Amino acid sequence: MAKMNMVEAINACLAQEMERDGRIVVMGEDVGIDGGVFRVTEGLFAKFGKERVIDTPLSENGIIGTAIGMSAMGLVPIPEIQFQGFDYEGYHQVVQHIARLRNRTRGSITVPMVIRLPASGGIRALEHHGESAESIYIHMPGLCVVYPSSPYDAKGLLAASLSCGDPVLFFEPKRLYRAYKEEVPEERYEIPLGKANILREGSDVTLISWGAMTYVSKEAIEDAQKQGISVEHVDLRSLSPCDWDTIGSSVKKTGRAVVVHEAFKTLGFGAEIAARIMENDFLDMEAPVMRVAGWDIQIPYPKQEEYFFPDKERILKGIVKTAKF
Amino acid sequence: MPISTVFEGKISRMQILDESGIVDTALEPKLQTEMLDKIYRLLVLGRVWDKKSLALQRTGRIYTYPPLEGQEAISVGATLAAGMDDWLFPTYREASLVYYMRGHPSYKSNLMWMGLEDGLKLDKRIRCFPYATPIATQLPHAVGAAYALRMKGEKAATIAFCGDGGTSEGDFHDALNFAGVWNAPCVFVVSNNQWAISVPRKEQTKSETLAQKAIAYGIRGIQVDGNDVLAVYKAVKEAADDARAGKGPTLIECITYRMGPHTSADDPKKYRDSDEVERWRALDPIKRFQVYLLGKGIWNEDYEKKVLEETAAFVEKTVQQAEAFKPDPKDIFRYQYARMPKNLEEQMEECFGSK
Repeated sequence: MAKMNMVEAINACLAQEMERDGRIVVMGEDVGIDGGVFRVTEGLFAKFGKERVIDTPLSENGIIGTAIGMSAMGLVPIPEIQFQGFDYEGYHQVVQHIARLRNRTRGSITVPMVIRLPASGGIRALEHHGESAESIYIHMPGLCVVYPSSPYDAKGLLAASLSCGDPVLFFEPKRLYRAYKEEVPEERYEIPLGKANILREGSDVTLISWGAMTYVSKEAIEDAQKQGISVEHVDLRSLSPCDWDTIGSSVKKTGRAVVVHEAFKTLGFGAEIAARIMENDFLDMEAPVMRVAGWDIQIPYPKQEEYFFPDKERILKGIVKTAKF
Repeated sequence: MPISTVFEGKISRMQILDESGIVDTALEPKLQTEMLDKIYRLLVLGRVWDKKSLALQRTGRIYTYPPLEGQEAISVGATLAAGMDDWLFPTYREASLVYYMRGHPSYKSNLMWMGLEDGLKLDKRIRCFPYATPIATQLPHAVGAAYALRMKGEKAATIAFCGDGGTSEGDFHDALNFAGVWNAPCVFVVSNNQWAISVPRKEQTKSETLAQKAIAYGIRGIQVDGNDVLAVYKAVKEAADDARAGKGPTLIECITYRMGPHTSADDPKKYRDSDEVERWRALDPIKRFQVYLLGKGIWNEDYEKKVLEETAAFVEKTVQQAEAFKPDPKDIFRYQYARMPKNLEEQMEECFGSK
C-alpha cells in the first residue's frame, strides 16, 4: 500500500492497465509529453510512446469521433477532455454514436472506451472549467456514468470502467485531485459499477452524494451527529448504472433522504432520485426528499463561486430540516 | 521585403469514360471481362433495387428512403476498388448497395428501411460500419479506425463517404485535419451530387471545388467524374493503395447528380428546374458504361434482357425475404448495454409482461 492522492491513483491505474493491455491508448490535448494539464497522464508518454499516448490536435469532437473508430477496431481508447465544460464540443458524437452503436447494430459493433472528464468546481478556475454536467449523460441510454469521490475509489472504478465492455463517462472531481491522500493498493482491483458504497451507517436520515460533494458532505454529517442526528451516508460511485437497491433499502430504514449534488438543481440527478423514492418508497417516508444542489444559475466566475456550490452549512441545514420535518 | 508567394495549389480532374461512352485508353484500367460484367450488373442492381425501394415506400411497405439514382457509379466503383481488408464507412444513400457488395445479405438492407435495427447487424468480417444518419459524423470514425488498423499492423485502409453538404460540417474538418496530422490510411470519397436536400452546392462553400479542401489539410485531393465508374474505380484504388503503403490520406471529389429527391419525403420540383435534371440524365453513369461494354463485345440486347430479368428476380426475392422477417421486439431492450441493468430488466418486463 502507498498513500496517493486522486491524481496519483488515476495515474497509477492508467499505467497499470496500459502495461497489462496493449490495446489501451490514451489520447487528448497535452496528454503526452506534458502529462496533461492536471498531470494525470504524467510519465505515460515516456513509458508507452507516442503511438499509445497521443497528443491530438485541439478538437474535442475530433478526439471523441476518432476514438469511436479506434474502439470499433478493437483498441480501448481513453480520451481525456481537458475540462468537462469543453465536452459539449464532442457531445454529439457521444449521444449520436457512442450511446447507440451497440443497439443499432444489434451488438455487432461496440465502442467501449473511457472518456475522462476533469469536472466539478470549487478550485476557482476560469469559466467553463467548473461544471458538473453528469445529468446530460445519465439521461442517455447506452452510456455509463461514473463519479468517484476518493483516490481508492478512483483507481478501482477506472479499472472496472475499462473492463465493463460499455462506454463510460468518467467524471473526476478536480477539487479532490490533490485534496488528500489515502492508502491505495498497488495491485490491481476493481470496484464494480452500479454498486453504491455505504460510507457510514445511520438511522435518521439517508444522505446520497457522489464526487466532490461526498467529501463536503462528510463534514456536514459530523456536525449533524453532534446535534444528535444519525446520518447514513451513501456514496453512489456510479450514476449509470445506479444502485437503486441500496438507495431503496437505506431510505426504507431511515424514512428520510437528502440528495447533495453540485450540478444545477433542476433536472439534476437528485430529481430522478427523489422521483424514484416517491415511486418505490412513498409509504416508508417520513419527510419529503430534500435536494441540496447548485442553484439554477450559470456558475459564477471564480471570485464569487462559493455562493454556488453546496457547502457544509447548506448541507447541514438540509439534513436538520429533513430530520425535523 | 517584397511580398512573396508562400504556397500555390492545384487540383486535377480525371475522366476516363466520357458521357458518350468513349474511353481514354491511356487511363483505362485493364479489367477482365468478368469484372466488367460484374460492374454492369451491380450498376443495374443499384438502379433497379433503388426504384423498387422507392415504390415500396410509396405503397407503405418501407419507411422514409433516400434514393441513390444517378450516383451508382460511385458506390460500385469505390467499393470494388477497396480491398477486402479495408473498412468502408458509407452514408445512408449508398449503404444498401455497399453492404451487399461486401457480403451483407440483401434482404437485411431492406430491413433497415423497414425500420428494423436488425438490418444493421453487420457481420464484422464484411468490414462495414453502420451508416450515420447525422451528416458527416462517420468521417472521424473512419480516421480513428485507420489509426487503429495501422497500429495493429494490418495493411488496410478505411474508405469514408460523404456528400457535398457534408463538407460543411465540423466533422469533415476534424476528420481531414486528424487524418492529415496522423498520416492515416484513409480515403475520403465525396459524392458531390449538387444538392443537399434543397440547398445547391454553391451555397455550401465558396470553394471552386470540394477537392481543393484537401490542400489546406496537407493531403492529396483529386476531382473525378463521379458518373464514370472507371474513373472512380481508378482514383479510389490508387488512393487506397497509397494509404496502405503509408502515403497518407486522399480526398476524392466525385462529380455526380442526385436524380431523385433527397428522400422519399421531399419533392425536388419545389427547388430545382427539370431542365437541369434532364441535362444530367444525359450524363447517366449506366448508359455510358453500356456503350463501353458494347465496344468490348459484352453488351447486346440479349445480355441486357438477361441482366434485367435476373436483377428483377433478385430484388423481388430480397423483398420477400425481408417481409418474411420477424423481429424479436424484446431486442429493443437487449442491446443498450453489455449487461442489462436491473432498471431496464424491470422496464422490459413492464413493456412486454413477464419474461
